[in-house]
Amino acid sequence: MYYIDLAVSGLSFGCMYAMMAVGLTLVYGLLRILHVAHAAIFALGAYITVLVANASGSVGFGLLAAIAVTPLFGMAVYRLLYEPLLSYRPDVPMIASVGLLVLMQDAFRIAFGEQGVTFQHNAYAFRIFDIAGVRVNAVQIAMLVCAIVVFAGLHFFTTHTRIGIGWRATVSRPRIATSFGVDAVRVRYLNFAIGSALAALAGGLVGLLNNLVDPVIGYVVSYKALAIIVLGGLGSVRGTLIASLVLGMVESYGTIFVGTWLNRDAIAFVALIALLMIRPQGFSGARTA
Amino acid sequence: MSAYGISLLSVVGLNVILAVSLNMISGFCGQISLGHGAFYGAGAYAAALALIAGAGVAAALICGSAAAAILGTIVGFASLRVRSDFLAVTTIGVSFLFTGFVRKQAWLGGEMGISNIPGSGFGAMGNMIMILLFAAVTVAFSFYIGRSWMGFAFRAVSQDEDAAKTLGVNVGAYKLAAFAIGTALAGLAGALYAFFTQFITADTFDFILSVMLMAMVVIGGVGSTAGVVIAAILLTLLPEAIRFVNNYRLLVFGGLLVLVIRLAPGGIAGLARRLAWSTAKQ
Repeated sequence: MYYIDLAVSGLSFGCMYAMMAVGLTLVYGLLRILHVAHAAIFALGAYITVLVANASGSVGFGLLAAIAVTPLFGMAVYRLLYEPLLSYRPDVPMIASVGLLVLMQDAFRIAFGEQGVTFQHNAYAFRIFDIAGVRVNAVQIAMLVCAIVVFAGLHFFTTHTRIGIGWRATVSRPRIATSFGVDAVRVRYLNFAIGSALAALAGGLVGLLNNLVDPVIGYVVSYKALAIIVLGGLGSVRGTLIASLVLGMVESYGTIFVGTWLNRDAIAFVALIALLMIRPQGFSGARTA
Repeated sequence: MSAYGISLLSVVGLNVILAVSLNMISGFCGQISLGHGAFYGAGAYAAALALIAGAGVAAALICGSAAAAILGTIVGFASLRVRSDFLAVTTIGVSFLFTGFVRKQAWLGGEMGISNIPGSGFGAMGNMIMILLFAAVTVAFSFYIGRSWMGFAFRAVSQDEDAAKTLGVNVGAYKLAAFAIGTALAGLAGALYAFFTQFITADTFDFILSVMLMAMVVIGGVGSTAGVVIAAILLTLLPEAIRFVNNYRLLVFGGLLVLVIRLAPGGIAGLARRLAWSTAKQ
């Protein structure tokens, strides 16, 4: 049963990575910027969740608040940081983004303490279900359900609504989309808003799972998400989804097979570097790196 | 001189070497590296192992530089495959791999690091003088490279790789040279650090350090040796001079990084140039 437990944990982490990374890959698709500070939004979402949940006594309320507030922040990051830097080499906005991540993580540390904040009423983290001998945590189930709902919703949105179709068109062919009357700038705002909300949801769920939100919550996730979007073929939602699940699984099993000489978090980077060296253009071949 | 002053000046010297060497890779040659801390660490670990094995000061310094340069040249090959932001991502990966790998290695001390590294025998003052001498040599070397043919080639690669190739510049060779030289100097700093603290852990050489070094280069002015030296000195002394800054170090560094890129992309050097220009016009 140990191997199945690992699969469950891998799957739930994969779902979390997918929610985190989808915004990132779409930002890349639209703007050709590696939005490292996406992880800061993930952390912001986690903090809002824990603070509102503790203040109101309801975890669901905390998650809703995080989903409501972070899109504004994401759009502000685009407007104030990335938009003025679009004409520079792509590494310039990326380094600015790293700077913003470091700044925000430290701001969280200063504001809410080194030790982080724990949930006062978090019944879910300790509620374990026993399904045919497999132990599943309630938060893990929530991650899975959230990811399914989110991706089904995104699929519907981008195939059945005018705004969603315009969004997709802008990601794949910005110029042609513009000539068909799509407002590319508004698509960017939409993209940052939705991506940030999903990252915040993922952050809140990770906080619930660990029953702790600490200042370093975003660091490792941020670079893993970069690895995922490269593995998934930049700008491709489906590729990102697959890469997230694969990474979740590989990490889960990797800890028992290679855990003695490499720590869990480094596995993603081995995969990332190997892939970049073998296929610098990514799996999809869409981009010249 | 107080023990505090000695250790502070030593740290300033180390940061100057690191920032100037990163500037050779990322400033002169335009190859963005966010993993410079890993080369610093490789140098420190190699020197520590050499010292424990009974090597002398010079041998340890050579070991440190050589280990870092070998690792750096390997990473340099990555710059032949990927450019710009993707090279940055690759080097971030290198940084995490380095710390992730070292933490799990028993022969490198694992999580505990290596303690009781034999000293240089020069004392704290002697170490400081050695560090500052090497820092001065590194800065002089950086000025020399900037004016040499190699410096021109670096700048050509940095500004337009394809144009440089068309002009017959061997782009790949110069990129590798930039990585080899820059990382060898980082390894040298690592070896000096091993003498300075006699105790090293993987956490010292993490990604945050690499970001801080990149902040020094960007704030100083990408490609300007003088600017980067000034930034490295100021940014090392600032947290010491203003006590409250010390607690908010990353906040200040991250904030400065964002503000400089956003408002004054030329950094200190760019501002100085603009100032000189406007006074010359009057």
